[in-house]
Amino acid sequence: MSDRADWEVIASLVPQGSRVLDLGCGTGELLAYLQATKGCTGYGIEIDDANVQACVQRGVNVIQLNLEEGLALFDDRSFDVVLQLDTLQHLRNTEHMLRETARVGRIGIVAFPNFAHWPNRVAVALGRMPVTKVLPYQWYDTPNIRVGTLADFEVLARTCGLQVTDRFGLQGGQVVRRWPNLMASVAVFRFEKT
Amino acid sequence: MPAWLAAPGFFMSPLGLITPQQMHFSEPLPLKSGAVLAGYTLTYETYGTLNADKSNAVLVCHALNASHHVAGQHADGSLGWWDNLVGPGKPLDTNRFFVIGVNNPGSCFGSTGPMHVNPATGRVYGADFPVVTVEDWVDAQVRLVSALGIEQLAAVLGGSLGGMQALDWALRHPHRLRHCVAVATAPNLSAQNIAFNEVARRAIVTDPDFHGGHFYAHGVVPKRGLRVARMIGHITYLSDDAMEAKFGRELKSGVDGQLGYTTQDIEFQIESYLRHQGDKFSEYFDANTYLLITRALDYFDPAREHGGSLSKAFAAARDKNFLLVSFTTDWRFSPARSREIVKALVDNRIQASYAEIAAPHGHDAFLLDDPRYHGVMRNYFAGITT
Repeated sequence: MSDRADWEVIASLVPQGSRVLDLGCGTGELLAYLQATKGCTGYGIEIDDANVQACVQRGVNVIQLNLEEGLALFDDRSFDVVLQLDTLQHLRNTEHMLRETARVGRIGIVAFPNFAHWPNRVAVALGRMPVTKVLPYQWYDTPNIRVGTLADFEVLARTCGLQVTDRFGLQGGQVVRRWPNLMASVAVFRFEKT
Repeated sequence: MPAWLAAPGFFMSPLGLITPQQMHFSEPLPLKSGAVLAGYTLTYETYGTLNADKSNAVLVCHALNASHHVAGQHADGSLGWWDNLVGPGKPLDTNRFFVIGVNNPGSCFGSTGPMHVNPATGRVYGADFPVVTVEDWVDAQVRLVSALGIEQLAAVLGGSLGGMQALDWALRHPHRLRHCVAVATAPNLSAQNIAFNEVARRAIVTDPDFHGGHFYAHGVVPKRGLRVARMIGHITYLSDDAMEAKFGRELKSGVDGQLGYTTQDIEFQIESYLRHQGDKFSEYFDANTYLLITRALDYFDPAREHGGSLSKAFAAARDKNFLLVSFTTDWRFSPARSREIVKALVDNRIQASYAEIAAPHGHDAFLLDDPRYHGVMRNYFAGITT
């Protein structure tokens, strides 16, 4: 999700003037972009000290918080959009955070590395864990504590009572709608609470 | 401090020699209690230069035992209590900002306080000095800022009790500032915090030299009470780990590992340290001031006037900008207390950032120069337009 083209696609899903909560906002790049181009407001949540400093430097509101502790700071439906980009795979309590995302926001947008992308399948078929641009780590030093596929998320979303309003893949900054579970390295979901 | 450091031409602070100033206010100050503070004097310092449109002023509010001497060096060599943060090129950069430090009324560092003469009686105030609150201090500060010709401060900054003052500026005088920076503070004191304050106050009040607060006339100082009060305070400003790392079970120096089996003499290094801090404090701090300032801490509770809702209290600060900072090992003003403030800000959709610094030092961390803490402060102040 570090590519500008990728997050421009994500930004296009965010309605003009939305109140946005960005869970795991990193250096605040996307929030700054949404503020500047779409008149959005809101906060980023970030745990890393250097990222918090970067957000403050950018003039992005940031709240230093461990997402594993939940979103008790935020009332139900207090944001138009809650973003969870490249964050889900680092969380222990993925399901709880997904429910929290749906509770706090009207719309949830989630993006994560799609493990079912064909080069990953090939790597595993050949007996090795994949090391790619989107999954750049060796199996023994990855910060991703879980991997999942676009199809897997579909099931989890249903379990959590979420209504998926859009889903697609991202590959090299391009939207992939044809066989995304096979053809895209990043899975993107847009959902609402049913 | 060695004499050579204080010698002219040699300064530990890049701001160099700073001379405190005073301003007298003849208009009485109505206090929250209903009492009135008759004509009073405020002692203050400034650093940097006020720009032509007077848009670059930052007020720094002090905590319990500090003063107007925020930065720079006095003729006696003493360094400002936040000199690591405030100065040319520092996180609060005096090349850009005009920074004001002011001593609050009731304190003992130059502004009108209990050791001064009550114009109504011709006697030293002593225990008769009116009870002052955070709100009263802020009202006094507003008058100073106005007198300096400043309509709107770029920011108000404070740590601990100073942070409460910064918050109060945003809540009750929102049009007089643009940014509020509150470090290691709380929306009110917990029962445990009030309890610590009460122990300190009882130590002072029950000292036979206190004389009901009118000890000045007796030519004595309730030093025993002040010492104990300071020792208690000091314990609460440090984390368990920081104290362990600094002292552990180390024995008093010079005893060569031999236990003295004594109940009253100093045995451990930590005892020696606390007694030293207590002794030092009792030499310069006023007993009535200690009572007044701890009471001001106890009384601060902006939610109280809004049915207990901090969110309602912060509605007044809707168009302000906030930075909050807390430290993970601060158990006196814990991160959970700062998060209560963050929640009130978020509820009101207020522009705000919050940094929770994993520093080991406890409450005292707000006076230290942890690079993560100072990095956030630097970046925040850099983003304030003047």
